[in-house]
Amino acid sequence: MDVKEVLLPGVGLRYEFTSHKGDRIGIVARRGGDFDVVLYARDDPDQARPVFCLTDEEAEAVAQILGAPRIAERFTELAHGVPGLEAGQVRITPESPFVDHPLGDTQARSRTGASIVAIVRDEQVLASPGPAEMLRAQDVLIVIGTEEGIAGVEQIVDKG
Amino acid sequence: MQVSGALLFQLGALLTTLAILGAVARRYALSPIPVYLMAGLALGKGGIMPVAAAGEFVTTGAPIGIVLLLLTLGLEFSATEFASSLRHHLPSAGVDIVLNATPGAVAGWLLGLDGVAILAVAGVTYISSSGVIARLLGDLGRLGNRETPAVLSVLVLEDFAMAAYLPLFAVLASGGSWLDAVAGMAAAVGALCAAFAASYRWGHHVGRLVEHPDSEQLLLRVLGVTLMVAALAEFLHASAAVGAFLVGLTLTGETADRARKVLGPLRDLFAAVFFLAIGLSVDPRELLPMIPAALALATVTAATKVATGIFAARRDGVARRGQLRAGTALIARGEFSLIIIGLIGPSIAEVAALATAYVFIMAIAGPVLARYTGGPLPASAGRGD
Repeated sequence: MDVKEVLLPGVGLRYEFTSHKGDRIGIVARRGGDFDVVLYARDDPDQARPVFCLTDEEAEAVAQILGAPRIAERFTELAHGVPGLEAGQVRITPESPFVDHPLGDTQARSRTGASIVAIVRDEQVLASPGPAEMLRAQDVLIVIGTEEGIAGVEQIVDKG
Repeated sequence: MQVSGALLFQLGALLTTLAILGAVARRYALSPIPVYLMAGLALGKGGIMPVAAAGEFVTTGAPIGIVLLLLTLGLEFSATEFASSLRHHLPSAGVDIVLNATPGAVAGWLLGLDGVAILAVAGVTYISSSGVIARLLGDLGRLGNRETPAVLSVLVLEDFAMAAYLPLFAVLASGGSWLDAVAGMAAAVGALCAAFAASYRWGHHVGRLVEHPDSEQLLLRVLGVTLMVAALAEFLHASAAVGAFLVGLTLTGETADRARKVLGPLRDLFAAVFFLAIGLSVDPRELLPMIPAALALATVTAATKVATGIFAARRDGVARRGQLRAGTALIARGEFSLIIIGLIGPSIAEVAALATAYVFIMAIAGPVLARYTGGPLPASAGRGD
């Protein structure tokens, strides 16, 4: 999904994206921590129609309801500051050879140099998982490493 | 300690009145600034109900109001936002200055004022009120609109232009020569750039000087440092306002966020005191003859601000209605125009009267015009699809 980020000097940031049904949705993140969620009319893409406003606490709750993707995204932000370092998400498909195997079996770190820093399962985050942690289908691994390293982990998880 | 019952009661009654009238103004999405000015006019010399005891407090508190307004402006300033505004809207800022300062200068010249006073009126008509406008955009549900970044960028650049203008003006207003004034401005701009660089590279360390987990400590430290720097700037004839703005600029990140939070209520109180003081210092009898001139000036500069907004929004590819919304949003003048009036003070009574009347009209007309132009309000537009 393509999310456009626009700076609102003195106010905060505006994120904008189009949903699969073609709705243009905007989220204004104010500096104070409040959020405005707005919708753009199709005949006038310039004018926003406020849908609802959230305080930072409410936004946090909504983010939790919407679940793992956002948690994963936050991990992605972690790696932003370091040049060459990336954070990626790798999903364990039901066909993966490692379903119901311990994480250590992947030997991801020694083979690719990339670290698995968390497993997002449903809405839970298992931070710093040990090698004995069992993997389940639909888990999302948060991987930090070089771009090739992350691609390598993806390959290992898919094909063994 | 001797408790002055008259002071406490007058001040209390004053603040309560402001609260009630301000709430009425807010109900109609109007700025409370005109209400404060009105109250000041009614209570000052030649007003209907002079308040001597509270008047003294108001006069003492007014400079603190200026300092706090500029400090919080500096705290809200971010280098990234400034750079981005500069990149996208430098031409808009140029159009803004030319279109909006010129009518003020011409009006001053027509009224037969001297150079300093002309410069003052030009500043008053140029600078929009970022406080009133940011609040207005939020109230009207327009923060998500496509023209809004253009409006906000113009405001940021105006605020920065003010930082160069204020010292220039402060020196001239205090009787210095143009050469002194330009030197003062150069010094201020230099200090501004230095503060910018410092906040960019060592903002963290500067923050550590005032940073403290306890909010009370943070408040006292930030306020103490700011008032001293402001006094120093005033001593150097560069205007206390600029000094305060500098301190705000230098603080960044977490410290700035927290400082903004603890200073917010204090700023609101002293800003109200400052607006009152402006009202108090102007004699309503001097104001009345200035009203036709102020109205004419208001009409012209409302039109020129609309043109500025249209120009800026068009650069961002906004359609006709959005351009108009951007234009009318920029009309409101407020706190900065009043700061300019505060700096010339009673020395040029004519200008103070003209500018007060002008700001009074613009602070009301701006929000009203913004509300009723550029298509229906979102709440009613919501029935569309």
